[in-house]
Amino acid sequence: MNDQALLTASNLSVTLSGREVLHDVSLSLHRQHLVALVGPNGAGKTTLLRALAGLQPSTGAIHVAGDTLASLPLRERAKRFGYLPQGHVVHWPLDVKDVVALGRYPHGATDPARLTSADKAAVERAMRATDIVAFSNRRVTELSGGERSRVALARVLAVEAPIVLADEPTASLDPRYQIDVMTNLRDVADSGVLVIVVTHDLGLAARFADTVLVMSDGRLAAQGAPQQALSGDIVADVFRISTYRAEHRDETIILPWAGV
Amino acid sequence: MVSAAPAARRRMIATIALVGLITLLALGSLGTGPVKLSPLTVLDALFGGGSDVQQTIVREIRLPRAVLALAIGAILGLSGAALQGLLRNPLASPSLFGAPQAAAFGAVLMISLGWADVRSWALPVAGITMAFLSVFVLLGIAGRNASLLLLILAGLAISSLAGAATALVMNLSPNPFAALEIAFWLLGSLEDRSFRHVTLALPFIVAGAIILMSQRSAFRALSLGEETAQSLGVNVSRLRLLVILGVALGVGGAVAVTGTIGFIGLVAPHLMRPIIGHDPARLLIPSALTGSALLLTADIAVRIIPSTTDIKVGVLTSIIGVPFFLYLIMRERRALGGGVA
Repeated sequence: MNDQALLTASNLSVTLSGREVLHDVSLSLHRQHLVALVGPNGAGKTTLLRALAGLQPSTGAIHVAGDTLASLPLRERAKRFGYLPQGHVVHWPLDVKDVVALGRYPHGATDPARLTSADKAAVERAMRATDIVAFSNRRVTELSGGERSRVALARVLAVEAPIVLADEPTASLDPRYQIDVMTNLRDVADSGVLVIVVTHDLGLAARFADTVLVMSDGRLAAQGAPQQALSGDIVADVFRISTYRAEHRDETIILPWAGV
Repeated sequence: MVSAAPAARRRMIATIALVGLITLLALGSLGTGPVKLSPLTVLDALFGGGSDVQQTIVREIRLPRAVLALAIGAILGLSGAALQGLLRNPLASPSLFGAPQAAAFGAVLMISLGWADVRSWALPVAGITMAFLSVFVLLGIAGRNASLLLLILAGLAISSLAGAATALVMNLSPNPFAALEIAFWLLGSLEDRSFRHVTLALPFIVAGAIILMSQRSAFRALSLGEETAQSLGVNVSRLRLLVILGVALGVGGAVAVTGTIGFIGLVAPHLMRPIIGHDPARLLIPSALTGSALLLTADIAVRIIPSTTDIKVGVLTSIIGVPFFLYLIMRERRALGGGVA
């Protein structure tokens, strides 16, 4: 195991009501990387993400910066992972800035009205990075879907954790917001964070990720640089589609084309 | 960050106003009854002035009643706000979940089995146990991400079951007078309560309140859903158990000395949201204060409203509370799946 790895998992398995939804997954991921986690529906992407964050009991071992995840107290885990769940609902019409401030919860800032200056600075950085400062005093329920997803992302960034896990952050967003969110996450990764993104968009995965993990039936079918992990054979095998591929301004374009 | 200050000031003013209102209502409660006393006379008698009769009326007859109204109103308001925070659901409340009904069943069972008279510790203990069971079962049935509809249906089933079980106990009661007495007790009243009742209920109410208040910041994290709260370091399963325990202690203790007084827990947080905002942590104390004010008011009202027999305070809170519940259902129509609201 590479001692530079920030997050490693060995022989991770998860069984949910008798069905093994994650089977013997091992991986080793580094800081400053954007990792795309792709796979067909039901392949176990969300389960893997939740298991990595310790939100889903699993067998096997997970290490974060050398520490065993299971040995870390809840608070300490929370400081290491910024977790953006699918759908990211806010149940009450809270102010945007108060929602973002909840990202400081693991650091002991449980009351948005009483933030330390360090917490305030982190909240402002997160709001600036996601460009939501303009509506920081509005209620989340008054925002559009795209604006709300940026608020949710800001909340995750405010944790300032070394690892960010985002479950389909671009789902149901218009093309512009999809690109904005991926650019945000790319910047976060470039600042030294390990970012793992679940996505169904192979094109975004190929463009923005350093590493792609391809899941199929609870197993890791492939992992590596986008070109290799998303090769025509692998994509045909896992997704049962052919792809159109091209280069544009030195970047790879992968477009789902037809069923095979 | 600019608007934080006015919001905080508004909350502060609202809280102070509520404390003032409760003080006035408490004085009103001490002055209301067959012998009417002015607030000044009440204050005088309370601190050892006035005639012996006035002192007895204020300190021994009416003070326990006012203290109970204050404490029980507070714990009901607090329990409602805590359950709404836990379930992220504005229709959650102890009475809709059958907690008071279950607690009443526990207390009635004790009385009719002859294991306890109406002034024994067995009553609150039985009430708390049954209230705990009812909320525990309800949240068990509802599961982790229960919809509004599921919670309300499960609550309806549990309160009906508790009601049926209570009816069975009364049905089997060998003594018809005892059954009648239980039936009246069930209606919920603060009349003729003594300091013995206060000592019976207060420790449980205070313990419940402390448990619920200690969890307040977790309710805030829960605004983002259970999974996110967990990822922020909240132990959600432990939180659920603590809230169930806090609500059961408070409601069970209250029901054991007053019978069932419903709907204060539902109404109080709603009255406060327009003023305090929706932050579930900030709503706890104002909801408790509002609960106190509501129950004190209701308990004064039952003494003023002219009628041939006494109206029980539990009857009054339900008569006002149920239409309010209907109004909330109408407002939440969309969430309940009944078309466009």
